[in-house]
Amino acid sequence: MTFLEIHDVHKNYGEHEVLRGVSLEVAKHEVVCLIGASGSGKSTLLRCINALEPIRSGEIRVAGDVVSGLGVDVNRLRRNVGMVFQSYNLFPHMSVLRNVTLAPVRVGGRSRAEAEEKALALLDRVGMKDKAGAYPDALSGGQQQRVAIVRALASDPQVLLLDEITAALDPELVGDVLAIVRELAQDGLTMLLATHEMGFAREVASQVCFLHEGRILERGTPAQIFEDPQEDRTRQFLGRVLASGRL
Amino acid sequence: MTSGAETEAVAAEPTPPQRVLPTAVVALLVAVLCALAAALALWSLHRMLEPPAAVDALLVALAVVALLPLVPAVRAFGDDRRRARHLAAGRLAPARHQAASGREHAHTAMGYALAVLICAGLVWFTTANDGAITTTFLRWEFLRSSFANVLDAFWINVEVAVGAQLLVLVVGLVVAVMRLLPGRAGRPLRWLAIAYVDTFRAIPSIITLYLVGFGLKLAQVPVFKDLSPVWLAIIALTLTYSSYVAEVYRAGIESIHPSQWAAARSLGLSYGMTLRTVIVPQAVRRIVPPLLNDFIGLQKDTALIGVMGVTDAFAQSRLTASNVFNLTPVIVVAVLFVLITIPQARYVDRLLAKEQTRTGRS
Repeated sequence: MTFLEIHDVHKNYGEHEVLRGVSLEVAKHEVVCLIGASGSGKSTLLRCINALEPIRSGEIRVAGDVVSGLGVDVNRLRRNVGMVFQSYNLFPHMSVLRNVTLAPVRVGGRSRAEAEEKALALLDRVGMKDKAGAYPDALSGGQQQRVAIVRALASDPQVLLLDEITAALDPELVGDVLAIVRELAQDGLTMLLATHEMGFAREVASQVCFLHEGRILERGTPAQIFEDPQEDRTRQFLGRVLASGRL
Repeated sequence: MTSGAETEAVAAEPTPPQRVLPTAVVALLVAVLCALAAALALWSLHRMLEPPAAVDALLVALAVVALLPLVPAVRAFGDDRRRARHLAAGRLAPARHQAASGREHAHTAMGYALAVLICAGLVWFTTANDGAITTTFLRWEFLRSSFANVLDAFWINVEVAVGAQLLVLVVGLVVAVMRLLPGRAGRPLRWLAIAYVDTFRAIPSIITLYLVGFGLKLAQVPVFKDLSPVWLAIIALTLTYSSYVAEVYRAGIESIHPSQWAAARSLGLSYGMTLRTVIVPQAVRRIVPPLLNDFIGLQKDTALIGVMGVTDAFAQSRLTASNVFNLTPVIVVAVLFVLITIPQARYVDRLLAKEQTRTGRS
């Protein structure tokens, strides 16, 4: 059953057309990887799904409900759609625990005690429980990103959007973060990832989409995309990635 | 390969130490001249005061302090001698070390000597015209007789300052948030906020005080006409300074990276909640220093409330000053303002230091 439905979405920043008619269906428990060069529209697509960016035309549905356009309760939508950013974006003036409990307490209506209990359990899962009282500045990039994932999960989202979450990390820290995402995929969380980690995409994705100049140029299983790409552009892109040793 | 050979050639022959003697000579001359100037200034102070022995002893002590820059100046010569000895023995590295130390001593001597010269100049200025300056500004008996009165009146300044500061913190934030309201719906409020800031930042606070102080009473404006002059002063200064502080808040809020908005909104926090829990708390930490600047300005402007008929410390001191035909009471007010400002500056320094240790930034 289709859980997330994106239909012919167009988006521009001023004159520049970033998305030129993107359509995509994501079923529950699916992990979809968006690959493509910088500027191909991966991040913008994720931000549109979360209504962080308004779209010009088209339609986005989450769990059957239209979430694009006017009159949508974006705050409600965002509780169902979690997002993790490339640069972590933790709140520097709050401890790790407060970062994680902010939304459940302020928006989710949970009691502080309940929210903290859950936050600690989640932090424990990613090996960050002993840092609950620390401030983000005192953490490494990998640790901050793990907290950011927990912060997004604390609101029990039904789908998680991950925007190049390892792109800003030192190479030796990437593994820790990817391990968490892998675990979430195994647990059946629906996820959309924009990523440059082709090896990882091949491993966890149920669907891979190759974006080029604001369109999904090619789409298929990891095996189809990585082993038998049909489009020249896809082949060129994967060839360049291969040459840089990232595949 | 060639460049490598050149590097080796250079390394084999270290550069010889620079000369120290000329700098040392200049430093000694400067130190001596400045000490002489200090001696002259202190002598003229002694003649003017004709002080008791205890004060004379203090003057002598000051004269000795004025001689201190001679110490590093003389040391520079010692360094120069040792530099020459090392150089003669072909020990280039120790020679360079002595040369550096000698220059450092010579520069230290000049730095301290010039400070002595400036202080001597100030002393000379206060004793000029046979001490007329000192007797106009600083007469012990007037200081004693006016202190209690002026201090009493100074509480009104403090009251107005604290009252206005508390209001400004709130009004400034409200105006800043109004100015940042998004979308079409926020446009009229944005314009109003801009108009308010443009107007009240442009009007000199003495004029606002005058208009509020007399105008509201004259026009019999309900509620306002019954307010005490102190409250009217608080309102007038709040009007002026909220426009400054609104801009400070706005700069602080706009300095928070948009990714913080994105992160908070992506968690489902509303616009207002994001502002309240994520953006403003971070902004406030950044704006404490400029905020204090404006607060000090506000405190100083409480000396203007005399124009609306409130007898504050400055008005009181002018009254006393014209009675005794001496400016000492006004100096008392000036000193009081300095005294209340310094602790605030140190407090903010401490806040910032604490913040830095907490977040681990250096």
